[in-house]
Amino acid sequence: MQVEKFYYDNKIVKMFAYASVLWGVVGMLAGLLIAVQIYLPGANFNLPFTTFGRVRPIHTNAVIFAFVGNGIFMGVYYSLQRLCKARMFNDTLSKIHFWVWQLIIVAAALTLAMGYTSGKEYAELEWPIDIVITLVWVVFGINMFGTIIKRRESHLYVAIWFYIATWVTVAMLHIVNSFEIPFSFMKSYSWYAGVQDALIQWWYGHNAVAFFLTTPYLGMMYYFLPKAANRPVYSYRLSIVHFWALIFIYIWAGPHHLLYTALPDWAQSLGTVFSIMLIAPSWGGMLNGLFTLRGAWDKVREEPVLKFLVVAVTCYGMATFEGPMLSIKSVNAITHFTDWTIAHVHVGALGWNGFMTFGVLYYLIPKMFNTPLYSKKLATNHFWIGTIGIVLYAIPMYWAGFTQAEMWKQFTEEGTLKYQFLETVTHIIPMYITRSVGGAIYISGVFVMVYNLYKTVQAGSFVADEAAEAPALAKVVDTHGKQYWHRWIEARPIQMLVFSLVAVAIGGILEIVPTFLVKENIPTIASVKPYTPLELQGRDIYIREGCYLCHSQMVRPFRDEVVRYGEYSKAGEFVYDHPFQWGSKRTGPDLAREGGKNPDSWHFMHMLNPRNTSDKSIMPNYPWLYANDLDTAITPAKIRAMQTLGVPYPAGYDAQANTDLEAQAKKIADGLTNDDQIKKLASVSEEIDLKNIQKKEIVALIAYLQRIGTDIKGEKKPTTASLP
Amino acid sequence: MKFVHYLEKISGVDIYALSSFAIFFTFFLGVAFWAWKADKNMINEINQLPLNN
Ligand code: HEC
Repeated sequence: MQVEKFYYDNKIVKMFAYASVLWGVVGMLAGLLIAVQIYLPGANFNLPFTTFGRVRPIHTNAVIFAFVGNGIFMGVYYSLQRLCKARMFNDTLSKIHFWVWQLIIVAAALTLAMGYTSGKEYAELEWPIDIVITLVWVVFGINMFGTIIKRRESHLYVAIWFYIATWVTVAMLHIVNSFEIPFSFMKSYSWYAGVQDALIQWWYGHNAVAFFLTTPYLGMMYYFLPKAANRPVYSYRLSIVHFWALIFIYIWAGPHHLLYTALPDWAQSLGTVFSIMLIAPSWGGMLNGLFTLRGAWDKVREEPVLKFLVVAVTCYGMATFEGPMLSIKSVNAITHFTDWTIAHVHVGALGWNGFMTFGVLYYLIPKMFNTPLYSKKLATNHFWIGTIGIVLYAIPMYWAGFTQAEMWKQFTEEGTLKYQFLETVTHIIPMYITRSVGGAIYISGVFVMVYNLYKTVQAGSFVADEAAEAPALAKVVDTHGKQYWHRWIEARPIQMLVFSLVAVAIGGILEIVPTFLVKENIPTIASVKPYTPLELQGRDIYIREGCYLCHSQMVRPFRDEVVRYGEYSKAGEFVYDHPFQWGSKRTGPDLAREGGKNPDSWHFMHMLNPRNTSDKSIMPNYPWLYANDLDTAITPAKIRAMQTLGVPYPAGYDAQANTDLEAQAKKIADGLTNDDQIKKLASVSEEIDLKNIQKKEIVALIAYLQRIGTDIKGEKKPTTASLP
Repeated sequence: MKFVHYLEKISGVDIYALSSFAIFFTFFLGVAFWAWKADKNMINEINQLPLNN
């Protein structure tokens, strides 16, 4: 067999590596900013593009899709070429992939800061960007499969399986969750409403964790850990079972984000059961990684790369143990909506994804620059700084979460709630401060790495095209008897693609389809009506400002929640909510029954500066809502989009909507202008233009807040006696 | 506390839960068997792949 000479493309790997570092720093700094805002509302700077609700999606999108995203491509482009013994399929596609991905990131940061968001966590980007993401994902796919097809190695190593499953599942999740109907150049409404939207969103959200933050990084673990330790993975057979069991089970686990909500019970139970089963493959993978190092722990002591990888895999193990625990209904009842979730996420993000990325960077950069790492000592210091950062981040947040759960649920002997909501917030401020210190320490470690890698790059000379040679792959692989049926799938990328898709699609279909079938059966609550045009506009402001990132709209059927907030939420209440706004954490109180709880004037004072009404509140100020005129030109388009989605506004209502909107706004404005407290406030605050207040965005927001959860008020009152 | 009753009204919902388990379990057994039966030399060969380049 003739030996062929070819070159690995290191340049593209280098580009993705640099991008990962750059966006990692940006994304983590955004995280640090919001961590400070949580205890220092002044750090919102009273500006729309620096307010918590807009920076938080910038943080999450940046670290997930920019830091980890580029990290994935770095790892895949490096390892895939070598495992296939082939250069990437097409250099131009590689470059398109790189530059369009960076363009998406920049566009994402800008549009999120401007308030363009779909209002669905981790899928916030609006429809034009969603389309570009789909296209670039196809480019990545062609490039990846092209490389696999022209490979010079007949076997497909398990890392490649993980990459294939990642590609196909992310494509499926992104497309299904992004169905939306545009009503303007940058805005759209989710195709789904209420319960269905929630199920799709968390099916997506959970599996974004699974197939963006986990499977590609597991693929990288299976390549870089053996590489760095210079020994094969502990058990290849285990890795096969690990792969199939993991992707098959993961896809079902989404509903564990919706326990005790208005999601159908059977879907919740399915989510719980599969989440608990998930512990087996996850730990199988973790142990496979750690056992690879058996008898080689002396190497770990010397080699910072291995240190990072070992802690990454350990954090993976911790997070995947905790995850199933949090999916048990009784545990979830306590932890859900608290900061416990934030702690859980960051063990995964900082430990697993962060440390894995750092380890791979410390491995790759010296290799590609053909020089040893500038300083092992600095890398080891980075390792310790990072570890301390993680500990100082996670422990206070676990503590905060536990405290919140404790305080929310406590009753006095007389049977009233022991704590006001705000008391439970101010109580944990010290935890929030410590967390931000932990985060700052973690970032300072990243800066140490940047310096170290910079010095390494300076000292080395870059090998853009790395020479390699291998015999061409025989057209017919000769398989003798026993091997044949193993090879039928193992070495065939397209089979692998199809089988992975089948494995993940089964879970999706079996969970989602019945929830949609049930649509006709959702007990339509006769009193639930579509939003008025003004309320709809106000709701869009609520989404734009990211209020859902601090406020839930989902009263669960627990005694304390019903006493604190009001009647628990019913599936039928959300049928016109495109998108749903149930939220995932309660930094502020639940708002599902906010309507009618406080007078308009209270909201007016509160939104301008929450400390006007709520001493020591940590909610940001929203002065721009008092300056901006409401965009009423868009109202008809919004109504038409909603009609397309089946919201029963009368035919031709789009033409009349603004008349109704103005009438409702005038009523609210009249109430406000005649209120003595408001008059007094207006005389001392230059933000308030009381004469023209009717046209301002704040009025629409108040209309929405006063509407939430009122449709079923006046129906029969809940009895709390039977609640847990 | 039950607060979602409507599913009891569409028949055959439990079939979804049951079939999901059945499918998963069969699939899992298949994969495990496949891994267990796989040719030892082949497995070793594949396992060395990351180290060969
Ligand atoms: C950083 C987290 C945060 C964000 C973002 C946030 N809030 Fe709040 N919100 C709070 C906290 C904490 C409270 C409780 C203290 C208080 O009343 O200010 C609160 C209270 C409220 C209340 C009073 C609820 C009640 O019945 O006591 C309303 C209404 C409210 N927020 C609306 C909004 C709206 C609308 C937005 C978006 C424009 C928003 N919040 C954004 C944290 C936040």
